[in-house]
Amino acid sequence: MSTRLFGEPVRRREDRRLLTGRGRYVDDLGPDALAAAFVRSPHARARIRDIDVSAALDVEGLVAVYTWEDLPERVGRPLPLLIPHPALTHGRTAYPLARDVVRHVGEPVVMVVAADRYLAEDACALIHVDYEPLKPVVGLEEAAHGARLVHDDVPGNVGARLLQEVPGRDGRSAREAIEEAPHTLAFRLDIERSASMPLEGRGVHARWDGTDLRVHSSTQTSTSVRMAVAAALGLPLPHVEVIAPDVGGGFGVKIVHPWPEEILVPWAAMTLGREVKWTEDRREHFVSSAHERAQVQYVRVGFDDDGRVLGLDVTILHDHGAYTPYGIIVPIITSTQLLGPYKIGAYRVEFSSIYTNTVQVTPYRGAGRPQGVFCMERTMDKIARHLGKDRTEVRRANFIEPDEFPYDQGMIFQDGRPLVYDSGDYPRMLAMLKELIGWDAFERRPGRGIGVGCYVEGTGVGPYEGGHVQVTSDGRVHVSTGLTSQGQGHETVFAQIAASELGVPIERISVVTGDTRRFGYAVGTFASRAAVMSGNAIALACRKVRAKALRIAADALEADPADLEITDGTVHVVGTPSASIPLATVAVLANPLRYAFDEEAARATQFAGASAPDRPPVAEGDEPGLEGRDYYSPIRSTFAAGMHAAIVETDPLTAEVRVVRYAVIHDCGRLVNPMIVEGQIHGGVAQGVGGALYERMVYDGDGQLLNASFMDFLMPYATEIPRIETGHLETPSPLNPLGVKGAGEAGVIPVSAVIASAVEDAEGFPVDRMPISPSELFDLRRRHATG
Amino acid sequence: MEHEITLVVNGAARRARVPGRRLLSDCLRHDLGLTGTHVGCEHGVCGCCTVLLDGEPVRSCLTLAVTVDGREITTVEGLAGPDGLSPVQRAFEECHALQCGFCTPGFLCTVTALLRDNPAPAEDEVLDGISGNLCRCTGYQNIVKAVHRAADLLAEERAPSAGEPPRDGEAS
Repeated sequence: MSTRLFGEPVRRREDRRLLTGRGRYVDDLGPDALAAAFVRSPHARARIRDIDVSAALDVEGLVAVYTWEDLPERVGRPLPLLIPHPALTHGRTAYPLARDVVRHVGEPVVMVVAADRYLAEDACALIHVDYEPLKPVVGLEEAAHGARLVHDDVPGNVGARLLQEVPGRDGRSAREAIEEAPHTLAFRLDIERSASMPLEGRGVHARWDGTDLRVHSSTQTSTSVRMAVAAALGLPLPHVEVIAPDVGGGFGVKIVHPWPEEILVPWAAMTLGREVKWTEDRREHFVSSAHERAQVQYVRVGFDDDGRVLGLDVTILHDHGAYTPYGIIVPIITSTQLLGPYKIGAYRVEFSSIYTNTVQVTPYRGAGRPQGVFCMERTMDKIARHLGKDRTEVRRANFIEPDEFPYDQGMIFQDGRPLVYDSGDYPRMLAMLKELIGWDAFERRPGRGIGVGCYVEGTGVGPYEGGHVQVTSDGRVHVSTGLTSQGQGHETVFAQIAASELGVPIERISVVTGDTRRFGYAVGTFASRAAVMSGNAIALACRKVRAKALRIAADALEADPADLEITDGTVHVVGTPSASIPLATVAVLANPLRYAFDEEAARATQFAGASAPDRPPVAEGDEPGLEGRDYYSPIRSTFAAGMHAAIVETDPLTAEVRVVRYAVIHDCGRLVNPMIVEGQIHGGVAQGVGGALYERMVYDGDGQLLNASFMDFLMPYATEIPRIETGHLETPSPLNPLGVKGAGEAGVIPVSAVIASAVEDAEGFPVDRMPISPSELFDLRRRHATG
Repeated sequence: MEHEITLVVNGAARRARVPGRRLLSDCLRHDLGLTGTHVGCEHGVCGCCTVLLDGEPVRSCLTLAVTVDGREITTVEGLAGPDGLSPVQRAFEECHALQCGFCTPGFLCTVTALLRDNPAPAEDEVLDGISGNLCRCTGYQNIVKAVHRAADLLAEERAPSAGEPPRDGEAS
């Protein structure tokens, strides 16, 4: 059937415009808008003594200069703390423009508005800010020592401390279980900073018409930007619209909001009565958006002769940078998702989330999971090495078995709900992976190693998403959902879902995302949640529309709705194709009319006999139009899973690491579009390889980011990424109508663990710090050669 | 001081008044309204802003507009022919070689020139040919696949009688 598109590798419907230069990204809008630019702090920690803007005032084309003191009280307030948590006892957020102090290089201090960006930057260069530089707090351990403070009122630089303990089945604590275990190991692990680094930076365009404010932002959540902007500017919500147009990648960083610029640019547009636009440049993105990953982990583990973990005790230092607008979501995810596909006897995890004078840390694809998986998978490898066992055998011994779902890990997850896995088949997944990579036949030799890594990813977190589906009188179907798109192919997969649910050819379906004019209620795009949340909401909305269409068609055809089906956009009686009515006509009949504006509409007018004269034209409880709206709000997250393996070769002289093969087995429940899922996996793995071998944020002792450019922050090109071999396992989620689990973040999660495992195998010594550069591997070789 | 320049963009002469410091990328995007050319790093590393200057790929973010007065420029808007998408564009669509689409115009221009100079590149020649363009979404695998596919499509176009029948709208 032509409309059974769920599960098919349908080509993307967004590609045509993107291939021909007709995409619309924020900077493509508002050709006549004024340009904003920012003076940003060159110091990691300083007091602002004075700001002298006088020299800038003569710049031709200058329109306005604003410091914090120029902002109205409401606009100048600290930015919201988006995700409060009881453990975040010392949450701090920045002012939209710095007030008296700056706490990281890149913090905005002055906003300039001018005729174009060149002139705005000319003016920025002439503004003199008199700083009193202070010695900054840089580096996790130095910060945790607390000798100097990032915020004067945050003792020890500790923003949050959270302990979760899960006793073993015998009631013993993790520490007791470890003390009494036949074998114990203790070690330290380090992961450095990386960042989402979408190729399009942030951007905001605002237009005020005297009553209504329209904002375009390169964001992962237009609905929440709207609420934040309305609150900050004191506007009633119906007078603010926010649209995420085409967005050039997000990967997490664009879920943060409202950015200072998302408040300041609309405020300037209102104040000046002119369109204003700000487009982030690459250096700004490095020093003033957000990073992720950096953690130090102290691990103690106790296990038996088979490698079964009896007790695990992890203490995490998490660097959250200068501010905590996104709360402590990243370390919460690390500490809960660390458990992966395993049954751990008893678990104790405690993290301290620490302030440093660096760019804030908020979720980047994987969102704390890569760190947690690195910890658990390094632990599994160390256990195997200690016992002289195969690494996959130790993992197998610890797996949750397929008949143990739903499996309660006994913790509280990032959504505030119990960490209960919905479904999965980990032993089968491992068997598939070993087969795909040829694990058992692998011939190890010096300089050639194989590695493995497993993960479970809580996906599709709530609270909800919605979908609206409207069939217009031309038979076209208009689908909208509030969450946003950054390249995931939502226009395609949501159209596939609608086509399958409604029985309409996909060519007649259009999808709009992230536009509050079309759908005002949404949470946003993150945590691999779009297919689960909006996918199911759209399916439910389609089911409402379908039921209404069948009811109206049944009236028109004098048939029983139960005998009707919709095929190719036509409602017909099953087994009697001639008794049919096009969905377009049903849409006409669904809206009783007084005026006939075209021939189709005439069928629904009051003298056309479409409705019975003894009943109201719109029945009680009904609504005009063939449209439906529904929401999907799950009781808790779904849990996707995956296992990766890699073969690496290390150069004996240069210590360069080359990934020779990379294999992925992936389970995201039912696949909506396998082509798109594979694309998501490829991209995730590539970011993982970048994080494992190349990418890091290099801060010096003064808090300067030394590699804030694409010349020095090494993102992989095509030449660095191996061919990725994939296999799929589909264990449907029992939690939602479509049985899907979400796939966006998955690929990146275990890669550092997998590469570390393979390099360790090739070199014969532990690899406990990632990323690993050739010079670091060279140093490790020297250290281990000399003992 | 502003300069009057004429650029032949996608086959049409376009005039603009630009200051000497105006980048070609900004001139194309903001003076001529051709926003298909994207700017990802402003320092010549990512390749998003790649356009063809007299047929050769250049970084428009490292080129001053005044220095290319009178020259021919092809941007992503000029790649499709009267019959629709170019073979390179079609191959990218078929192979799912784009996700967010921001780097795509640069890749399309780069690959168009690559396949003109080397109609049947080997795998390492493809990798080498696109090794100046960053993509953060796809992991490159489908881009590499698309380059090979585009080479096949171009070969079919050159020899319609030997391979596929001519497509609709094509003179036979």
